[in-house]
Amino acid sequence: MIIEAILLTIITAATPLVISALGELVTERAGVLNLGVEGMMVMGAVSAFAATAITGSPYVGVVAGIVVGALFSLLFGFLTLTLVANQVATGLALTILGLGVSGMLGESFVGQPGIKLPQINIPLLADIPFLGPLLFKQDLIFYLSIALVIGVNWFLFKSRAGLKLRAVGDSHASAHALGIGVIRLRYLAVMFGGACAGLAGAQLSLIYTPQWTENMTAGRGWIALALVVFASWRPWRVLAGGYLFGAVTIGQLHAQALGVGIPSQFLSALPYAATVVVLVLISHNRRMTLINTPASLGKAFVPDR
Amino acid sequence: MKKLLISFAASAAVLFSMTAAASAADKHKICFIYVGSKTDGGWTQAHDLGRQQLEKALGDKVETSYLENIPEGPDAERAIERMARSGCELVFTTSFGFMDATVKVASKFPKVKFEHATGYKTAPNLATYNSRFYEGRYIQGQIAAKMSTKGVAGYIASFPIPEVVMGINSFILGAQSVNPDFKLKVVWANTWFDPGKEADAAKALIDQGVDILTQHTDTTAPMQVAAERGIKAFGQASDMIAAGPKTQLTAIVDTWGAYYIKRVNALIDGTWKSEGMWDGLKDGILTMAPYTNMPDDVKAMAEATEAKIKSGELHPFTGPVKKQDGTEWLKAGEKSEDGPLLGMNFYVAGVDDKLPQ
Repeated sequence: MIIEAILLTIITAATPLVISALGELVTERAGVLNLGVEGMMVMGAVSAFAATAITGSPYVGVVAGIVVGALFSLLFGFLTLTLVANQVATGLALTILGLGVSGMLGESFVGQPGIKLPQINIPLLADIPFLGPLLFKQDLIFYLSIALVIGVNWFLFKSRAGLKLRAVGDSHASAHALGIGVIRLRYLAVMFGGACAGLAGAQLSLIYTPQWTENMTAGRGWIALALVVFASWRPWRVLAGGYLFGAVTIGQLHAQALGVGIPSQFLSALPYAATVVVLVLISHNRRMTLINTPASLGKAFVPDR
Repeated sequence: MKKLLISFAASAAVLFSMTAAASAADKHKICFIYVGSKTDGGWTQAHDLGRQQLEKALGDKVETSYLENIPEGPDAERAIERMARSGCELVFTTSFGFMDATVKVASKFPKVKFEHATGYKTAPNLATYNSRFYEGRYIQGQIAAKMSTKGVAGYIASFPIPEVVMGINSFILGAQSVNPDFKLKVVWANTWFDPGKEADAAKALIDQGVDILTQHTDTTAPMQVAAERGIKAFGQASDMIAAGPKTQLTAIVDTWGAYYIKRVNALIDGTWKSEGMWDGLKDGILTMAPYTNMPDDVKAMAEATEAKIKSGELHPFTGPVKKQDGTEWLKAGEKSEDGPLLGMNFYVAGVDDKLPQ
């Protein structure tokens, strides 16, 4: 069934965007702008592939992707939170460093056949016609992506810790005055962002295209960053934006294969245009957008004592 | 402010890494600009192999350096200029999209020599070199028509430039020489290098019913998807058999090494001249990977066609050929000149796509 095949391809294309954007969303909600998503993602991709190739288990690969992503983001955390370096410049440096280091680490894995993360069928649900194969015959990382959306949304807006995190992102000085450990929370948020980016990278090298190719993220980290802004820092909108982007990307490829006769340059630009337009429309309420924007985003915090 | 930061970030996202061997005074410095990563398994890897062969052949006489992952566009100009300033005597720019940037930098540095791959603009210090990839694509088309049970192949294309259009046309002409009703679906990825997008394009084509896949993008991702879905595919630029041991029928393998050695020797002798090189199968700049995963009769046909192209007996663009709109392009028996091929901006009949202009 072609519709089902198309939807499956869309899910594969959208999952890394959703996961990495969610991680960055949490980081930014804590007031930290980490532009190094692309670098952390590519580090996750290479570690996941390497760990899988060495141990033979793609699950070890998934864990390696998450751990290396988080460790790599610690470097960013140390520079910007402890040494109070400029976040924009440090984030860019992290991306450049990640692309370089991953290329070096991955050199011996280039051209090796990859191992794909196995599919996990959920009993009973997998037998539902149409929806079953789409949603319940998927891999671990897809299930994690959905759990993450629900979990992050709950955490940010329903839990006490989430309230603290948002307080830190909105006004670090007030949060500090209330006795919240600003730096400690920001470190955790940065590491969560790194872990998500690493997991997204693992999806690229274990599911999307089970191989390691230098620079294989090909700009997906930047798309994730843009998604966070256009989704006005709301998890469900990140999910919607990621899937919309994936849908238009895959849809335009199918439109081309059908030979619809629309210029392919226009079709290739469509995912970007459509995602921006739709997310701007659903975030059009200016007051709500202001409320959702972390007021301390990108600002350094030095405790005054 | 936030959006400003993002756009700044995106524009600064252009990354390149530079590697250079230790410098020595009397060595000739030869430089390369790559569009992708040197380990992409395809186009750029083939060029880098050529560079390594050059180093091996000329040993102490040369020193090479390269910049990889250079995007086509304004950044390319900066990268090429950086090479020219850093003392390179000869700079090879290895992607079509570097053409205008190379022309610009070449006019600024008249003492430095430049060679641009697959372009058509030359200058006294700027030569072009190209390979007749279309010869290999014709053979692929014939194989595809024999191997396909559905009579339709999928073609993952990069950018609508003459070189790519020429390849598509040659492929369909080869296929039609075996099966006149053969059809070709084309998807433009609008990138040379993005494994994910190339894989998506491959999946889209297979979901729409093609059972043979060929690509004019740089990574092995389409080959991998073809292997996973159990159809056959052709490799591009490098032998991609490792990505699809039971999938690859053959591959067009670029072998630039001999050319690089010849040109650098000419530079050292002082006989280097600006010219436009366009060689093919018979000169060995283009070779076919072993014909695998096909019955013996198909293999024999492919080998016979290869021999005929090498001997000059067969030219893929020989009339009668009609354009997609039904008008006549080549009369019966007429062979195309090189000029129209190098500026090719139309499809021949049988391509199931509208050419982006």
